[in-house]
Amino acid sequence: MQRWSRFNIASIVFGFAFLYLPIVLLVVFSFNESKLVTVWAGFSTKWYVQLFHNQALLDAAWVTIRVGLVSATIATVLGTLAALAMTRYTRFRGRMLFSGMIYAPLVMPEVITGLSMLLLFVAIGFDRGFWTLMLAHITFTMCFVAVVVQSRLLSFDRSIEEAAMDLGATPVATFLQVTLPVIAPAVFSGWVLAFTLSLDDLVISSFTSGPGATTLPMRIYSQVRLGVTPEINAVCTILIGIVAMGVLIASVVSRRREIQRVKDEQAAFAH
Amino acid sequence: MSKFGSAIFNRLVIIIPYAWLLFFFLIPFFIVIRISLSETATAMPPYLPVFDLASGVSGFIDNVKQFSFDNYVWLTEDALYAKAYGSSLWIAAISTFLTLLIAYPMAYGMAQAPNTIRPTLMMLVILPFWTSFLIRVYAWIAILKPEGLLNQFLIQIGIIDSPLIILGTHTAIYIGIVYSYLPFMVLPIYSSLEKMDHSLTEAAQDLGCTPIRAFWRVTFPLSLPGVIAGCMLVFIPAVGEFVIPDLLGGSETLMIGKTLWNEFNANRDWPVSAAVATILLLILVVPIMFFQHAQAKADGR
Repeated sequence: MQRWSRFNIASIVFGFAFLYLPIVLLVVFSFNESKLVTVWAGFSTKWYVQLFHNQALLDAAWVTIRVGLVSATIATVLGTLAALAMTRYTRFRGRMLFSGMIYAPLVMPEVITGLSMLLLFVAIGFDRGFWTLMLAHITFTMCFVAVVVQSRLLSFDRSIEEAAMDLGATPVATFLQVTLPVIAPAVFSGWVLAFTLSLDDLVISSFTSGPGATTLPMRIYSQVRLGVTPEINAVCTILIGIVAMGVLIASVVSRRREIQRVKDEQAAFAH
Repeated sequence: MSKFGSAIFNRLVIIIPYAWLLFFFLIPFFIVIRISLSETATAMPPYLPVFDLASGVSGFIDNVKQFSFDNYVWLTEDALYAKAYGSSLWIAAISTFLTLLIAYPMAYGMAQAPNTIRPTLMMLVILPFWTSFLIRVYAWIAILKPEGLLNQFLIQIGIIDSPLIILGTHTAIYIGIVYSYLPFMVLPIYSSLEKMDHSLTEAAQDLGCTPIRAFWRVTFPLSLPGVIAGCMLVFIPAVGEFVIPDLLGGSETLMIGKTLWNEFNANRDWPVSAAVATILLLILVVPIMFFQHAQAKADGR
């Protein structure tokens, strides 16, 4: 194909090398025998073994996972509602403000979001800790869910909803039995996105968490400040592995659903 | 029942997320502004007068009377802050431009790729975005250090004799920002290029345009919405970036996100950090509105 020129291929290869080389190097050096991260001294898994004796790190991981699971789930519910509100109701009082509040958190510098939430919690006298962390994570991840689900809803064929309503289904039943099954893959990828964002967050967490609720990124950050060690490389490698698995599963699930959907549609037309 | 139920359902769909965002996203900004007008105190919370919702309207009016602009005066008096804002904007602008230089050819190449491999390429661009930001920045420390992998490599192949000092300089921050935000630039440009009708460039070439001229006169202008969205997605968060200047930039690097963080965590000066955040927000409000407008238009409303 003529359009797919050598220049095109070169720029893609360069771009991907730039994106992936640092991550590959990080993973490779997590298996390094030497304490130095930059000099290769042979293969070893000792840093992984050492990880499992680092109680502070394990505690932080447990906090992070709990916050991630709960906040992603609530954020997915709220984000899906927000996406419905944005696509279904083109006119309501304060719609401009509403869409502003959905898009602004996507670009808002994290130091501002973190500081403002912290000041809110202080103003209402809410002790900082696990729950404030959770509320903060729900708030900034729900907007990402809303955007993901919204893009699916925009291409959604509403006539099937109307058909369900004409046949006497209540709006809630229509939503649960017709709309939700169709947008489920988008809702699911919204959940995965919310979960990984929650898992990764450092800045907002540092502002909003309190004693006893240190997350993994906060722990990693305080260790990184002391220097680069293979142990951190090992934690990072495990995290990358988990995320890669999650994304892989999500893409397989959504591809299957897509194929199923196409099949169903063809079957429907054939009759 | 059905009509009544549907009215309630419709209301709730809007009200629940709306109320949540109002309470946890919008109101906090007003609290930030409010506290930026307070005085620093050695108490907990460390500002005066203490903001108390229970005191009602009269308490609020009392509060307003005690507002002070001292923190803002302080920000203008100390040249450090002006420098930090200036250099944040400058660093973010240069990084955005560099990101565009790398992202555009990539997005263009992806849009020209055979249909069968496009989803895979998309996936490969998105994948790094899912791995931790902190991890990706951390990965660069080992590469850029004076005794790091990049210097080892360059010395080995004989390009340089003594290690380059990159870690702790602005260059390291540029690399960090370009690296971390690249997918945000590639995706919107790709989606605007992918939608483009190729017969347009063909027509331009048939009419005698050279391919390069056809690109600048036809393709590039049509991809502008994607370029603008991408630039906003990189520029706005980059201005307030904290992790990258903190880990890759040196101790003398001034960026406002880092200044705010230090003001808050090291100096424990909440009112000054609230004032720093308020001004940062004012600087960013124009690009954010611009971004929202573009985004809303892209959604077809």
